[in-house]
Amino acid sequence: MREVRISLVGFGIVGHGVLEVVRRKWGLLRKMGLDMKVVSVTDINGTLFDETGIDPQRLHAARTLEGIANLDIIGKEAIQKVDSDLVVEVTPTNIVHGQPGLGHIEEALSSGKHVVTSNKGPLVVAYNHLQEMAQDNGVMLKYEATVGGTMPLISLVEKNLVGNEILGIRGIFNGTCNYILTRMMEEKYTYSYALTEAQDLGIAEADPAYDVDGIDTAGKVVILANSIFGMTAKYEDVSVTGIREITPEALNLAWERGYHIKLIGEVPALTVKPMLVPRRSPLAVGGTLNVASIETDLSGTITVTGLGAGSIETASAIVSDIVSIYTSRQIDG
Amino acid sequence: MRLSMDLELQDIPGQLMQSLEPFKKYKGNIISVVHHRDRKTPRGTVPVQIVFEIDPSNIENIKKHLEDNGIVVVRAGEDRFIEETSVLLIGHVLHSDLGDTINRIDSTGFAEVEDLSLRMPGIEEPSSAYLRIRATGKEEIGKSLSILRHVGAEKDLLVIEPIEAEKI
Repeated sequence: MREVRISLVGFGIVGHGVLEVVRRKWGLLRKMGLDMKVVSVTDINGTLFDETGIDPQRLHAARTLEGIANLDIIGKEAIQKVDSDLVVEVTPTNIVHGQPGLGHIEEALSSGKHVVTSNKGPLVVAYNHLQEMAQDNGVMLKYEATVGGTMPLISLVEKNLVGNEILGIRGIFNGTCNYILTRMMEEKYTYSYALTEAQDLGIAEADPAYDVDGIDTAGKVVILANSIFGMTAKYEDVSVTGIREITPEALNLAWERGYHIKLIGEVPALTVKPMLVPRRSPLAVGGTLNVASIETDLSGTITVTGLGAGSIETASAIVSDIVSIYTSRQIDG
Repeated sequence: MRLSMDLELQDIPGQLMQSLEPFKKYKGNIISVVHHRDRKTPRGTVPVQIVFEIDPSNIENIKKHLEDNGIVVVRAGEDRFIEETSVLLIGHVLHSDLGDTINRIDSTGFAEVEDLSLRMPGIEEPSSAYLRIRATGKEEIGKSLSILRHVGAEKDLLVIEPIEAEKI
């Protein structure tokens, strides 16, 4: 049985999801030979540490660690001081400077700990630098959850399509935009009405700019460009148009002519813009779904779709990454 | 009526001028002439594509005139636009001179706006236009989209292109 001591940094929606998935899948993980223990949880209030593994039930109802933390350390200090094998970094994302996640990941990698993250910011800002750090320290950095949530994309390309040349990837990488456009088309809602509905349902943030202006999608385009296409793209290299100008009339007109309008991100073109998607295209998925078509030289075009966000869904991608780190290591050994 | 004709000329001086003669005689209005002297057919003839506007009743006269002068008429009268694409424009489509927008495509000679639908929800509201563009080839479709992108930037219109128009 391989013991995996995990430090969870960030205790929001995704952090809760990770605790829940590790709890639910504990038996299955043991069958795989992994004894996964979350030994610490850190947020801005402090760190809860238990070397025997934190009982997720204990944190189930807690929104923050206020009054629960038993160590007065946060951030990089917590990563450095807690004895663990792997850091799950799930703090809020910032696509401009990548902090605080960037500092957390750097600290973890330089301390010889594997990192699994759903945090786009650090990867958008410093993907190549972080991968070099991981390599220099003999550890792995996995980030499947940063692009398309639960939809397997990075691992699909790296494992299942290995040997193929990837010619391009295009897809819908933001469930919020897809939801808004779907509702506008189906119900003839205006953009602002569909947005308020999405906000009421918790699908869109109070400040929706990050999603509807295409910033989030552009971040994912940068991650794909650097990780799969070996580019050195920065956020500024992406040409970005959001969905604010789309009208229900335009959606209706497109529909009559056999098209949807979707916010499409493309690599290596580095574009994010609303595009006409034929109604019968595999990219024409509705609601909050994400989808990606991968064009390859040998396997043709492969399309995957799945939920792009959500607590348990994102956590599932994180736990898959953790498992893959240890299962691929077993093969190496 | 707009028509097109594919001809094959002998590779000798004066043939191109001679092939245009009947268009003048039968009052055809030539829109474009594409002459591929460096792309000969296996027979050694030179392919020429002519697009023109004419009263369709005169097309047979033109064909006869050409053939009497030893020019091979490979194809005549059929639509030469073999590729098509769809584009949606959002913004002040009409008040930014829709006629001019369409003309930017039509005036190329290799592409045309063949179909147009408009939605105008209110005077101050942005309107939407669906355009179907046909062109002589894939490359020309690409050029047409590029023209529209340019027009969109100039007239502050959101240009929504189809995903199949360009490779990933």
